[in-house]
Amino acid sequence: MKNENNIGLAQARAKSTAKAATVFLIPALLLITIYIIYPVIDTFVISGYKWNGISSDRIFIGTENWVSLFKDEMFWKSFKHNLIVMVFSILLQIPMGMLLATFLDAGGKKFNIFKIIWFLPYLMSSVAIAFLFVYALATNGGIVSSLATLIMGKKTTIDLLGTAPNALYTVIGVMAWQFTPFYMVYFIAGYGNIDTSIYEAAIIDGATRWQYIKHIAIPLLGPIFKTACTMSLIGSLKYFDMIWNMTQGGPAGSTELMATYMYKLSFQQFNMGYGSAVAAGMFLLITAIALIFNKVFKVKEEY
Amino acid sequence: MVNPNMSEADYRKSKIKSRIAWGVAIFFACIWLVLTLTPFFFMIINSFRKQFDMLQQGVFHLPDPWFFDNYVNVVSHGFFGYFLRSVIVVAISLVLMLAISAFAAYPLARMSFKLNPFIYALIVAMMSVPMHVTLIPIFKLTTSVGLYDSLGSLIGPYVAFALPMSVFILTAFMKTIPKEVEESAEIDGCNRYQNFFKMILPLSKSGLSTLAIYNGVSMWNEFAFANTLLITPEKKTLPLALGQFKGEHSLDIPIILAVLTLSVLPMITLFIVFQDKLVKGMMAGAVKG
Repeated sequence: MKNENNIGLAQARAKSTAKAATVFLIPALLLITIYIIYPVIDTFVISGYKWNGISSDRIFIGTENWVSLFKDEMFWKSFKHNLIVMVFSILLQIPMGMLLATFLDAGGKKFNIFKIIWFLPYLMSSVAIAFLFVYALATNGGIVSSLATLIMGKKTTIDLLGTAPNALYTVIGVMAWQFTPFYMVYFIAGYGNIDTSIYEAAIIDGATRWQYIKHIAIPLLGPIFKTACTMSLIGSLKYFDMIWNMTQGGPAGSTELMATYMYKLSFQQFNMGYGSAVAAGMFLLITAIALIFNKVFKVKEEY
Repeated sequence: MVNPNMSEADYRKSKIKSRIAWGVAIFFACIWLVLTLTPFFFMIINSFRKQFDMLQQGVFHLPDPWFFDNYVNVVSHGFFGYFLRSVIVVAISLVLMLAISAFAAYPLARMSFKLNPFIYALIVAMMSVPMHVTLIPIFKLTTSVGLYDSLGSLIGPYVAFALPMSVFILTAFMKTIPKEVEESAEIDGCNRYQNFFKMILPLSKSGLSTLAIYNGVSMWNEFAFANTLLITPEKKTLPLALGQFKGEHSLDIPIILAVLTLSVLPMITLFIVFQDKLVKGMMAGAVKG
């Protein structure tokens, strides 16, 4: 009898827990369903139609958009640009961020002014950075061309954004300017998370600050390093704002990325059916690359 | 500390070596400083002169004379309208987002129920969904419910896309609050709801404030949703102001630079005030990542 009572009590408690949990979770789950889960599914649905986004008549065309997507040179070219951006982002932003953070960590409080100034680019929106660099890199009245003129002693123009192979690498450079501070703060946080007793022990054993950083702190940052790479990877595969405002994918598609291509198709040419196919393709590619990356890194960690 | 086995000469040598190393490091640090500051310098000094002077005097000259009309022009052409609309959208979105993510993190961190691991995994998985994939359906949704071209259209997407990361960080944060806090509250007769509002929420304040800064910056700068869902200039937010001003003064570079300077200023001020909080917020994200 007493036992039964206990079970009843436990059940009642579990029930009230479930009820409370539901109440607390409903707003978040509702919003995520409406604005993330449903739209992702809907993107795949719309990709089966020919639709201009405005009129009510959408024509179901099955896999036609997907067949075009596989044959679409522009899409694969954009994807290739995304991959180039990804590789250079990881190679430039993360080591540079790490270097700056190491400098600040080794230097301590007296280098605070470096930290504040180095962080400034990350506070600008991608849109603002795009506009600023369009002018800063302009052939007439830009920073680079003005400097070149000053050095050469005669009017010299260096066209960084207006010609095909240059533009993509210029954009990559601007991205490094924008995101290095983010990884810097990220690694500063990483250094800060290391238990101070480890540092104290190292110093008592006669290590210098630099030896501590080289042999103890950096190896301990491993997992953070991996997360930073994952963030940079996903970030560069979905990159949009700055390119859209700086080059709109030009000149001649040389800085076109998957997201700008999708946006152009959907909201400039109002070809939303095909735009959705590009968006869905982008979603699949990003997910696949992120999964592969995580798998490869996990295997490495085991050794 | 000096290694006791080190001779005087060795010690001096290592000291000189470390001096040189620091010298080199500071040299490169200064180069990065110049690289960081040059575009800002370019932006600020050229926003204080006339277009003609910019090309005539060279972009690195200090303005002569200092010309303030660009700023007057920008302000009189509705800059504060854009600014105010951004403040409204970000404020409403942030409050909602913080409340909803705290609600969600509470049961995930401190209650055991069957679906807990599943719901947690689902929310965390949403972190890696690129918002661009949802752009067309959200555009469709917004037009069909009549929110298109209103500030209200932005709040839903802003809150929803900030939720996964915030729930993830807050759940980790709330897990660190000792169990005894709730137990003692329960003895005092608090139920779960009172527990949340009286104990857990106040104790999560520092986690919430770092999330507010982190998400506030990204909402303030958000472009893609705003550009897709707003069309009337009188309804646009600050990131769209740049395109709008460029459309109206396409050849007047200094005016655009004045808009840029004005739109970056609030962020820089906030950063200088709250910089420690920001680093802490990122630390929370770096714990497990």
